[in-house]
Amino acid sequence: MEGMENFSPTDPMIPRSYRVKRKIRESHDTFTLDLQPDNLEEKTNFAPGQFNMLYTFGVGEVPISISGPMKESGHILHTIRGVGNVTQALNNLKIGQKVGLRGPFGNAWPIEEAKGKDVIIMAGGIGLAPLRPAVYSLFSQRQQYGDIALLYGSRKQEDLLFHKEFETWRGKYGIQVKVTVDTGDRSWKGNVGVVTTLVPRVSFDPSNCIAMICGPEVMMRFSALELTHAGLTEDKIFITMERNMKCAVGFCGHCQFGPAFICKDGPVFRYDQIKPFISTREF
Amino acid sequence: MNKSEVIDKEGLNRLIQILIGRGYEVVGPTVRDEAIIYDQVFSIEDFPAGWTDEQEGGIYRLKKRSDEALFGYNLGPHSWKKFLHPPERKLWQAQKEGLDFDIIPEKPEHKKYAFLGARSCELHAVAIQDKVFMQGTHTDLHYQALRKNALFVAVNCGQAASTCFCVSMQTGPEVENGHDLVLTEVLDDKRHDFLIEAGSEAGKNILKEVKAKPAGEGDIKKTKEIIANTATQMGRKMDTENIKELLYENLNHLNWDKIAERCLSCANCTMVCPTCFCSTVEDVTDITGEHAERWQKWDSCFTMDFSSIHGGVVRNSTKSRYRQWMVHKLASWQDQFDTSGCVGCGRCITWCPVGIDLTQEVGLIRKSEPGQSGILSGNEGQNENS
Amino acid sequence: MKTLESVLIKHPFFENLDKPYLELVTGCAKNVKFEAGQFICQHDDEANQFYIIRHGKVALEICPPGKAPVTVQTVSEGEILGWAWLVPPYRWHLDAHAIELTRAIALDGQCLRKKCEEDKNLGYELLKRLLPAIGRSMEATRLQLLDIYGARD
Repeated sequence: MEGMENFSPTDPMIPRSYRVKRKIRESHDTFTLDLQPDNLEEKTNFAPGQFNMLYTFGVGEVPISISGPMKESGHILHTIRGVGNVTQALNNLKIGQKVGLRGPFGNAWPIEEAKGKDVIIMAGGIGLAPLRPAVYSLFSQRQQYGDIALLYGSRKQEDLLFHKEFETWRGKYGIQVKVTVDTGDRSWKGNVGVVTTLVPRVSFDPSNCIAMICGPEVMMRFSALELTHAGLTEDKIFITMERNMKCAVGFCGHCQFGPAFICKDGPVFRYDQIKPFISTREF
Repeated sequence: MNKSEVIDKEGLNRLIQILIGRGYEVVGPTVRDEAIIYDQVFSIEDFPAGWTDEQEGGIYRLKKRSDEALFGYNLGPHSWKKFLHPPERKLWQAQKEGLDFDIIPEKPEHKKYAFLGARSCELHAVAIQDKVFMQGTHTDLHYQALRKNALFVAVNCGQAASTCFCVSMQTGPEVENGHDLVLTEVLDDKRHDFLIEAGSEAGKNILKEVKAKPAGEGDIKKTKEIIANTATQMGRKMDTENIKELLYENLNHLNWDKIAERCLSCANCTMVCPTCFCSTVEDVTDITGEHAERWQKWDSCFTMDFSSIHGGVVRNSTKSRYRQWMVHKLASWQDQFDTSGCVGCGRCITWCPVGIDLTQEVGLIRKSEPGQSGILSGNEGQNENS
Repeated sequence: MKTLESVLIKHPFFENLDKPYLELVTGCAKNVKFEAGQFICQHDDEANQFYIIRHGKVALEICPPGKAPVTVQTVSEGEILGWAWLVPPYRWHLDAHAIELTRAIALDGQCLRKKCEEDKNLGYELLKRLLPAIGRSMEATRLQLLDIYGARD
């Protein structure tokens, strides 16, 4: 796939040395690590949608989607929710401390395929993180795309990621950004309701549109359904799948989803190609 | 066509010594713990002379033969993956340096294995694992190192077990590819020797040193008869027609529930299957916390946490895990690697404690298609697929 | 300035409604305005109106005893607020207040109710339009129930 690098050094199972350059608190349980390679000649190219395996000493590894930055800049951002041993260990890292990194792995959002079309991006919860590089990619060639809309839903207003960037995205890059939360209190003046309810509120041409969705699996299924009601065909909808992952290079077998290895055939999938599997329970 | 030659038991012993002399660790069949397994061998004395195996669903017994055949058995619980893709392997270790750490990779082993006694189905299984570990997006350097140095002295099967079905999987019984040398044991009142042929340059090279006698037409004819006879003895048959579509379209078939009533989720099938390749990684530290290691270990899709995500498990029920194994083995594998994942060796049938037979299960799904689309509770009646 | 009828006729809710019915409905309609913070209705009030929101945003709230009110849904431009006017006991189920300056068309539910009793066809036409909107709202609520972004165990 164009622009995608699958970093394969002598052994894809050996982590490389990266360091925490910055740590940004995004919400009560989510943070972003800005990582820089120790080896300054190492390229930090990646394609939007790809992920890295991050290792903390003695604890283990976890797959984390790359959440930025805009162009190849010698460092890579990872937005992480601290819910398990490894992610909590990542949360406890100090500036300058070392992590092991393997990657980038996986395939990319269909940025090329979307050229000349309208784009709808639907994100749920932390799902905006793997989509942010796609958003940046669209911005870097804004004139190549038609109407762009970002629909973003999260549980509560405190959980909304990157909200400080939304005004810039609306103003400078001319994209429609609509946000909603599952429940709100009086201080919230925005929308309340699930993210699917935002679809009728943005303008796009369903016959010439690509959609990219990322969030909990239930949210992605219903978002895809809502988009088809709005006129998109399933082959124009792209989602990202998540399964247990151990090696990220197609050897351990854990991430299989039907015939696909999520680590190398995914994590981005065209919806029509996996719909029969996604609808089968416990598959 | 490589020329056929003949060696006697002494010649076979010579072959083993030549291989050892050339730095190979020779691995072959031997009797241990009431089974025929693969381990390092040093001469034909280590072979299971006069033993055969009786196999059925859930049954494996050694039985004494009336002759002293060296290869008069079929397959035991081991396969060559035990050596090429070992059950445990250290990937790297890390040493703490203050707040930092250094990673020290394990270098790939350059051991030379000579696998003696490999059957046709097993060679197909090795070729399948080659695809997984060496022909994908990434290469498993450790597997590659061992594989490149490995030598295969194959054996044409002189008999088939009742759990064998290589014929219907088109993986045997005759050895055709993937071997460096191939033997066919010829044993009757008058003779006990082996037809031997090379399958590669390396094999030819070694064969020269063995100093075999040229084979006569009668010898070649005899071995063809033996192989043809083996092919008639298959105890099972897999109907492979459109098997991929059949399984993909029947993910909710009632039969999965029926299998789940018997399956113990013990993972035996995945251990003995020569193509199963799943593994896990384990990060361990020592007591001081200064030293960490990452190990790769065999894993099985039958384990409870194989598919765990977000504190939950995708495949919670035994039914879903059995379905995953079988659909992967017979259907998804084709999309992934352009072959079936099954080589018809029958080990999963033999070593399943409750004797689940995947050839039979495929038949059951096929028989009632179209028709039942499966309702979760086995007690509800069968519905016609509308 | 747009007439009420021209606004209603374009709204998807009234699509394909026979002209006489449309005139009837228009007769029951009027423009209204709510300032930010103003209550449109409160739980258990008589439900005699329903609204088509033209601009602004309305929060539907539930206030658990001793706790701050929780907004469970917002209704914005183009959406319908209120269905209890057609279903006994004709009482609002939730509190609704304007989050920002909101302009809407208010339709006299009480009047329409009477007309529906007289002309069952009109009743069917209105129910036919109301039910899908309620259905979508119910499905969306179910998704909210799942708490899909919830904390992982």
